[in-house]
Amino acid sequence: MSPCADLAAPADCYPTRLAQKGRIEVRDFGLTYVTARGVIVAVSDVSLTVNPGEFVSVVGPSGCGKSTLLNALAGFLKPTSGRVTVDGETVIGPSADRGMIFQHYSLFPWKTVRQNVEFGLKMKGVSSARRQATARMLLQLTGLQAFENHYPDSLSGGMKQRVGIARALATSPRILLLDEPFGALDAQTRLIMQEILTDIWHRWKISVLLVTHDIDEAIFLSDRVYVMTAKPGRVKAEIPVPLGRPRDLAVSMSQGFLNLRAELRMLIREESLRAMGSEFDADAVESISASLSRS
Amino acid sequence: MRSFAQAPLATSADQQSDSGAEAPAPPRPRIRLWLVCHRAQAIELVLGLFSIACCVAIWQLLTSNGVNLYIRFENIPTPAAVVQSARHVLGSAEFGDHVVASCRRIALGFVIAALVAVPLALLMGRFSVVRALTFPVAEIIRPIPAIAWVPLAIMLWPTNEESIVFITFIGAFFPVLVNTLHGVNSVDPVLVRAARCLGAKELAVFREVYLPGALPHIFTGLTVGMGVAWVSLIAAEMISGQYGIGYFTWQAYALVDYPGIVFGMITIGLLGLGAGWTIRLVGRFIMPWGYER
Repeated sequence: MSPCADLAAPADCYPTRLAQKGRIEVRDFGLTYVTARGVIVAVSDVSLTVNPGEFVSVVGPSGCGKSTLLNALAGFLKPTSGRVTVDGETVIGPSADRGMIFQHYSLFPWKTVRQNVEFGLKMKGVSSARRQATARMLLQLTGLQAFENHYPDSLSGGMKQRVGIARALATSPRILLLDEPFGALDAQTRLIMQEILTDIWHRWKISVLLVTHDIDEAIFLSDRVYVMTAKPGRVKAEIPVPLGRPRDLAVSMSQGFLNLRAELRMLIREESLRAMGSEFDADAVESISASLSRS
Repeated sequence: MRSFAQAPLATSADQQSDSGAEAPAPPRPRIRLWLVCHRAQAIELVLGLFSIACCVAIWQLLTSNGVNLYIRFENIPTPAAVVQSARHVLGSAEFGDHVVASCRRIALGFVIAALVAVPLALLMGRFSVVRALTFPVAEIIRPIPAIAWVPLAIMLWPTNEESIVFITFIGAFFPVLVNTLHGVNSVDPVLVRAARCLGAKELAVFREVYLPGALPHIFTGLTVGMGVAWVSLIAAEMISGQYGIGYFTWQAYALVDYPGIVFGMITIGLLGLGAGWTIRLVGRFIMPWGYER
């Protein structure tokens, strides 16, 4: 199994061990819904790339189609226009090659922690003994070996999401898709989870596409950040994150980090206000905007 | 790496403080410890026994005095007479046959109903074509009480035995069907997506997500279905049976054995209670993740 080999490798060898696989390419992706009220353009002309082993985030106001994009990559949605490919192959349906981590963990409540982690391998027909070995190794990696026989209901949110990560990694996917993975966690747990995720990505050199509305999270974790516009969702900007790695919490105090954060905030704020403008009248938005800048 | 190692430590410490309460338990004052841990249950048990005792006491008062207040208790046997009759009946081999006959009928009718209704409902919940084909028929037949099927059942099946099992089956079938269907519809679609992402194909999604996801509702259906099946069985036995506890009760009435009627009723109640408990026990065994919370 490749995960075992990856784990055996020393952590500091990562710059030379660039992954060969896991290139995500989205070209002119568009998605429209037909409803009783007419055609709704959810996402339009989105193009983005995640290079093998790269960590890329997509941020944007709510309703910008971030999750739509991710669902298309996972294979749950068929694009109405454009192409979504992984390593040159067009995504036509869900596959264990593309691991997905959900906001609300989505663990199977009727399976123990270990059975949850083993699920993907069971679907592949891997023998029970090998499944168990891989699951134990992943649970150790995520610090959950003591809880392998617990049911998800008895775990905290942070622990549940670590099980979610272990479960997604068990089938050695080429890419990892994360849909607001830490959105339901408290601020302290979120920081720890971000470090755990960085550590795993660092060891495995797996391509990651993260969808989040948390700007700090996007900067802290990513090599590049895409900012999306709202209604319809388009790519507004592509911001590289030139901060060194490995990153620790101190990096979030650095000037580079703060500059990036200011830049991203400006971009998203513009979009949020624009999106609100279509919901409320312009005067209301003006007054909200004015009172916000005063405070 | 440093912070990475901290996370599991912190969480396992949390967990320990939870389970630590019951670990250092001195084995000697067991009953007292049980009372401390299960105080609410102990109070509930005492209250339950008290209410049963009250019922028996009221029964005794009404019958021994032959109360006649529009409702007449003159011919109703006293608890003592019922106990006497129970002693007599329990001594005879025939009574055992009645109980066995009823249990066999309910087991057959109920198990067949569960084996048909659960897979059908799973398919109905999953495939709209199956649902569109079967649901209207089910909706039309469902309001017909199982007892109303008695004449038709007698004509349909060659023996009385089979028609009684059929009535039991009809009684259990619809509660199981409707609840299972509800269970399939209540499965979180994100769990289905999670399974698909991990490479689960249609059949695996069915087995690993829809079935366990619907299980709590299936067991609700089984519990309700068992109740209805029991009602239907007793009614069918009273009308067309040759054996069985419902027949026994009706026969006692026909033979003017009034204590026998009440003893039959109590037996029916206890057997129904036992059937319900059995289902709950099986449910707990099959669903160790704890659906009752």
